[in-house]
Amino acid sequence: MPLNVGCSARPGRARDNKTGSWRTFRPEFDKDKCNKCGTCMMICPEVCIGEDEDGFPEFDYDFCKGCGLCAEECPKDAIRMKKEEK
Amino acid sequence: MLQIMEGSHAVAEAVKLSRPQVVSAYPITPQTHIVERLAEMVADGDLDADYICVESEFSALSSCLGASAAGSRVYSATTSQGLAFMAEVVFNVAGMRLPIVMTIANRSLGAPLSIWNDQQDSLFLRDSGWMQLYAEDAQEAMDLHFIAYKACENHEVLLPAFVCFDGFILTHTFEPVDIPTQAEIDSYLPAFNPYQRLDAKDPISFGMYATPDYYQEFRYEINAAMTRSKKVLREAGAEFGEIFGRDYSGLVEEYRLEDADTAIVAMGSVCGTIKDAVDEMRDEGKKVGLLKLRSFRPFPYEDVRTALAGVSNVAVLEKNINIGSRMLGAVGLEIKDAVYKNGTPVYSYVGGLGGRDIRKKDVKTITEWAEAGRNDCFFGLREEVL
Repeated sequence: MPLNVGCSARPGRARDNKTGSWRTFRPEFDKDKCNKCGTCMMICPEVCIGEDEDGFPEFDYDFCKGCGLCAEECPKDAIRMKKEEK
Repeated sequence: MLQIMEGSHAVAEAVKLSRPQVVSAYPITPQTHIVERLAEMVADGDLDADYICVESEFSALSSCLGASAAGSRVYSATTSQGLAFMAEVVFNVAGMRLPIVMTIANRSLGAPLSIWNDQQDSLFLRDSGWMQLYAEDAQEAMDLHFIAYKACENHEVLLPAFVCFDGFILTHTFEPVDIPTQAEIDSYLPAFNPYQRLDAKDPISFGMYATPDYYQEFRYEINAAMTRSKKVLREAGAEFGEIFGRDYSGLVEEYRLEDADTAIVAMGSVCGTIKDAVDEMRDEGKKVGLLKLRSFRPFPYEDVRTALAGVSNVAVLEKNINIGSRMLGAVGLEIKDAVYKNGTPVYSYVGGLGGRDIRKKDVKTITEWAEAGRNDCFFGLREEVL
């Protein structure tokens, strides 16, 4: 995000400005444990878990805020929250 | 042409000549005469501006903020409790980098209620990101408004400014002032060229929120702009001097300091009294001089250090109190920092709070105290509280 004078911003900013920088914890995905049930995709409040060609979840870290709901709800324990290092 | 008029009306003339497009203010003693006169000018058709009648100072500066963001040159004025009420917006204006000029008719803050002069009101907003300029007389109060607009609106700066002048002492007294012509001011101060502005066709928001990853960078930027403003203010003051013959290129002004042992430092109208006291002390053979601060924010520490390089003692006459600090006054802290490497003793002497008169003999007293190395204290204090 560039530093605009007076912290000004244009509308539609979520498309331009990534909101994932708020995140303290990052979901880490273990493909071997996943059964492609899709719970994480449905539960994500930011709708930032998509699906790859093989049906596995794909995380958009530009917008994931690290709420941890996906990790909490995953029936196979395939998602773990790991502290971000900046 | 010299005209005799009340200080407040001189400031109103300066504001009119600066062609603000929006004036929004709420009356409060001792500032009222400024905005009363501006309201008359707008009603009479002498000033082509929108005059917004608001219900409070908070709304006054809030509407100024919006108007400035929309790209207008904006003016307001207040004092004391009104400024305190505005405080939230004061910080927002600086953070949004809106070059608003606001007159502060310096007055003490309650409680106890006092409508009289000291400089506590503007000084309590020291860290808000507004420039703070202090005038000694009505002429300087007028002139600083033109210089303030020019410096604030410079894209290297983009910060707002308080033009401070002492309540009653300057607002309500009559002095001869030289009022520039509109043509002269128009050539000195061209129309406002906003860096960015609100526009329905190209929407933008000001002062959006910043996460911990970014907030402190915005504070850094405000401070950097304030630092740059010193050069811009000096240049604006020098250019003003070339056109109008009154030079404001210095952010400080020296009076008989060249061979002084003791320097008195002060801001605002009391500098006039101090100059007379210095003359009398000089006649008695005492080597004393005055350093007048015209700008408190930005603080011209290089100029202060140079001006005070040869003196042995510094007495700072404070019309404020820095409650809880070892150094009694806010100005003294800055002066002490500026001369720290020289090891010159600096004392804060607090007085004149809540409108108490500061007399020549008070100035002589604090000069003697500084010479004797007397620590920070009040002068003219009622003995029953000691």
